Amino acid sequence: MNRNSKTALTVCVVVAGMVGMSFAAVPAYRAFCQITGFDGTTQRADAPSRTVIDREITVRFDATTADGLPWHFKPQQVSQTSKVGQTNLAYYSATNNSDEPVIGTATFNVQPAKAGLYFRKIECFCFTEQVLLPGETMDMPVTYFVDPAIEDEDNLDDVFEITLSYTFYRDEKAEARELAALPGQSGDL
Amino acid sequence: MADAAHTDAHAADHDHKPSFLVRWFYSTNHKDIGTLYLIFAILAGLIGGAMSGLMRIELMEPGVTFLTGFTDQSLPPAAQLDAAKNFYNMLITYHGLIMIFFMVMPALIGGFGNWFVPIMIGAPDMAFPRMNNISFWLYGASAFLLTLSMFVPGYAGQLGFAGGWVLYPPLSTSGSPGPAMDLLIVSLHLAGASSILGAINFITTIFNMRAPGMTLHKMPLFAWSVLVTAFLLVLSLPVLAGAITMLLTDRMFGTTFFDAAGGGDPILYQHLFWFFGHPEVYILILPAFGIISHIVSTFSNKPVFGYMAMAYAMVAIGFVGFIVWAHHMYTVGLSVDMKAYFVAATMVIAVPTGVKIFSWIATMWGGSISFRTPMLWAIGFIFLFTVGGVTGVVLANAGIDHTLHDTYYVVAHFHYVLSLGAVFAIFAGWYYWFEKMFGVKYNEIIGAAHFWVMFIGVNLIFFPQHFLGLQGMPRRYIDYAEGFALWNLVSTWGYFIMAFGILIWAMGVAEAFMRRRKAEANPWGEGATTLEWTLSSPPPFHQFNELPKVK
Repeated sequence: MNRNSKTALTVCVVVAGMVGMSFAAVPAYRAFCQITGFDGTTQRADAPSRTVIDREITVRFDATTADGLPWHFKPQQVSQTSKVGQTNLAYYSATNNSDEPVIGTATFNVQPAKAGLYFRKIECFCFTEQVLLPGETMDMPVTYFVDPAIEDEDNLDDVFEITLSYTFYRDEKAEARELAALPGQSGDL
Repeated sequence: MADAAHTDAHAADHDHKPSFLVRWFYSTNHKDIGTLYLIFAILAGLIGGAMSGLMRIELMEPGVTFLTGFTDQSLPPAAQLDAAKNFYNMLITYHGLIMIFFMVMPALIGGFGNWFVPIMIGAPDMAFPRMNNISFWLYGASAFLLTLSMFVPGYAGQLGFAGGWVLYPPLSTSGSPGPAMDLLIVSLHLAGASSILGAINFITTIFNMRAPGMTLHKMPLFAWSVLVTAFLLVLSLPVLAGAITMLLTDRMFGTTFFDAAGGGDPILYQHLFWFFGHPEVYILILPAFGIISHIVSTFSNKPVFGYMAMAYAMVAIGFVGFIVWAHHMYTVGLSVDMKAYFVAATMVIAVPTGVKIFSWIATMWGGSISFRTPMLWAIGFIFLFTVGGVTGVVLANAGIDHTLHDTYYVVAHFHYVLSLGAVFAIFAGWYYWFEKMFGVKYNEIIGAAHFWVMFIGVNLIFFPQHFLGLQGMPRRYIDYAEGFALWNLVSTWGYFIMAFGILIWAMGVAEAFMRRRKAEANPWGEGATTLEWTLSSPPPFHQFNELPKVK
């Protein structure tokens, strides 16, 4: 192979590598958000916090329903105030206003975004798809605590209030997959 | 033969040029391809410039008064207004895409790069002449698709894609379901493929085909600038290709890369886009830096000050250009620490850029300066680019950017560095190499008149936009509050003056080709030291059959 082809081939490999990296950016970005709590991405915890410290934080609850989801989705409490490290249980409720079963999934984050790393959920309805039959209303629990490590970070000293926000979307892919199997359905979905 | 009219009368070499069709359509000659790119860029520039004219006339006074005239007159007034708004947003979108991808890049890289990089490094042609031809015609196909996409539906029966040149989702996915966006994506894929092939060609040519004795550290700065640009293209364009491919699959195949409902994130698109987009602005300006270095040195009759610093400043700008992308996204909710990093990294770019500006001034310092037309454009470039650079440092501050984001201040900033910076460098190169490329002399008086009219015109267009931006006028709107009326009026008058300047330019070209004053090999005297001035004007069809020796 002559020099020119060798150089050209090397550059082609670089181009292919950059294309690959742009697609690798998709999982990398997701992992980055989960690890760093970027943009208010909340964390998961397997067990409650071992310590509770003497600092109070108010958690406010926010609910949004995306276009195309015929649900009424709202938090059952405006806010909860508790000590940092204490495990709390909050409820949202959702009602399916349509006459067909609908599956939704929720995305979530907290504001201020920098608190995402310290907001830990033990159980959440947002971890799984939710099915609502026609007219059904469901209580949706979320179990969470604020990580006492928040006290070690100077940058978060001004945080006294965290807003937990959910947006529910209609999950058409899951509907196509699941609802045909539901009893009493014509399967025309 | 058909090419008789196109063969230069005083090409005194013994070349046998191919027939018209073969020469211009199957062309593998780097000079002919360069000329094709320049013609392409001129046509695209006229179209993109006309689009900005439509926008400026609409913005001349408050209220939607002008663009409704371009809509279907049988529609009710409210529908006409909607169509006019869509038309305006389509104009801003395509104006940006055309000027970036089809005017500045083809002119600087495809045009001047193809013409002069091989000559400057003492090579007979590009490394892969036929690939060079493919690059050009891919551009043709890309431009065809882009044009087509203006005339097919975007959303709700409105024509074209109207979501801005950045193609952010969800406007570019669920917001514009029509075929306009799909055509645009494929058009950009082709333009990207063309530029990547061109970049491979330049890198191979510059690495492997330099004349004996022409080390990288003796290579002219324009060749350096194109080399760095080629690397930026190779590293950044694939990321754009990836991002718009994800847009395409989100649109067509039900993926959810950028759709929150399916677990995606629209902000990811912005990261990918600006990872391409920021190096892209250096792709647009680096070749301009190279051209300006040669012109300032030639007309100051001195070698360029700080050659090594100039070359490595471009490398540094290229490198830092890759790690500052999120300064386009300060308002998406970055954390304070991230903003602090991107502010600092962005400010660092001012250092190598400052090295270049000061080196140009130091080159002029104590030189025997002659204010020929190319030098006027070069000095105009340095002044205007510096103004744009200063507002760039202002915008680099995340805190300030939160109020100035998406205002006319930003519009003024990037037009000062690109529309006035890159375009002035294109005209500087045009006059500098006109005689060399076309074998006829341009008229100095017309050239100088072109410069002064353009200089006044573009400053009138864009300087008042700083005021509008600081007063809070948002960009990308067809209408504005009455308080913004005065400076918008001034800006539109500036456009008319600029357009008159383009007429003078066209007159100058026509005059030069009608009078056909015989070109000299080196009209600029001893200040012009690069290899193209050792050849006849125009250069022989095949140059350097015997490679020049560089001492």
